Amino acid sequence: MCSDNTVWIDPADARLVDHLHGGFPLVDRPFAQVAAELGQSEDEVIERLTRLLGQGVLTRFGPLFQIERAGGIFVLAAMSVPDARFDAVAHIVNAWPEVAHNYRRESAAAAADRRSARKHGMPSAHGAALNMWFVMAAESAAVAEEVMQRIEADTGLPVWRFPKEREFKVELKLPIMEAAGGAV
Amino acid sequence: MALSEFDRSLIHAAQSGLPLVPRPYEALGAALGVSAEMVCERLADMLASGLIRRIGAVPDHYKLGFTANGMSVWDVADEVVDDLGARVADLPGVSHCYRRPRQLPSWPYNLFAMLHGRSRGDVQQQAHRIEALLGSACRGHDILYSTAILKKTGLRLREN
Repeated sequence: MCSDNTVWIDPADARLVDHLHGGFPLVDRPFAQVAAELGQSEDEVIERLTRLLGQGVLTRFGPLFQIERAGGIFVLAAMSVPDARFDAVAHIVNAWPEVAHNYRRESAAAAADRRSARKHGMPSAHGAALNMWFVMAAESAAVAEEVMQRIEADTGLPVWRFPKEREFKVELKLPIMEAAGGAV
Repeated sequence: MALSEFDRSLIHAAQSGLPLVPRPYEALGAALGVSAEMVCERLADMLASGLIRRIGAVPDHYKLGFTANGMSVWDVADEVVDDLGARVADLPGVSHCYRRPRQLPSWPYNLFAMLHGRSRGDVQQQAHRIEALLGSACRGHDILYSTAILKKTGLRLREN
């Protein structure tokens, strides 16, 4: 499980991360090219990336494959997992290589219900809130479905499927520079 | 389009990341028994075809201070959800935006927009903007905040 602790990154790290968001060159010595563009040395770029990956500031560095272009599929799936079983179920779900991401989530509406229930002694309307949300990345829809069925069998809990019907946007670029305390 | 055996082995070698050495493509090629040029050529083809979205770094937003991550979900009238979804996707703070099936009766939401901020207050502000944009086409919404990252590895093709 990843830590939620925020890490302070220096402005040169931030510049590197921002720069790499725009792509990485397909040349013999790509780190040297990036280094030249940033006014750093090749060794320094490699060292910074190694450290950022080690610290978990970066979770990956390399080609991001869009497997749907080769017959693959991404499926968002969700489960309603009782608190007492949460870690055990997460372990079963995460063990599948087809599970690319998994997040614990809390519904704002369910949380408000709980506060109201405590105050007024009323049962919650969102009692069975979906609290585990994971993304399957599989080579085919059949493989994704097979894994979801296995998860259902191994946990005894239903897996809700939320396949995408239409994609409006799929890119994430946050202002990393700002995270590092401003422009350089 | 099915994957060739070489593409599959290339994806397998590169999916967890590029080697952090001065000549990463040569290192990948050495592991696969081909030249750096061959690796670069196939990666360039994959970029051109969209099989690779980009070659780059994936940050952990939590570690960078974007600790509030809310999956906002909206019940939007079917006739207008596609038009409105495209406009929601253009709002600041929205990283991913999809139309997905409802699961009635318990799940009435068909538009999903991922929101990011430094606090839940930031995310709520973004959600208010979406609410205003959707207007009367929206019959209800919720925000599911992430409280723990349980896994974040990305694609992992199995070895055949």
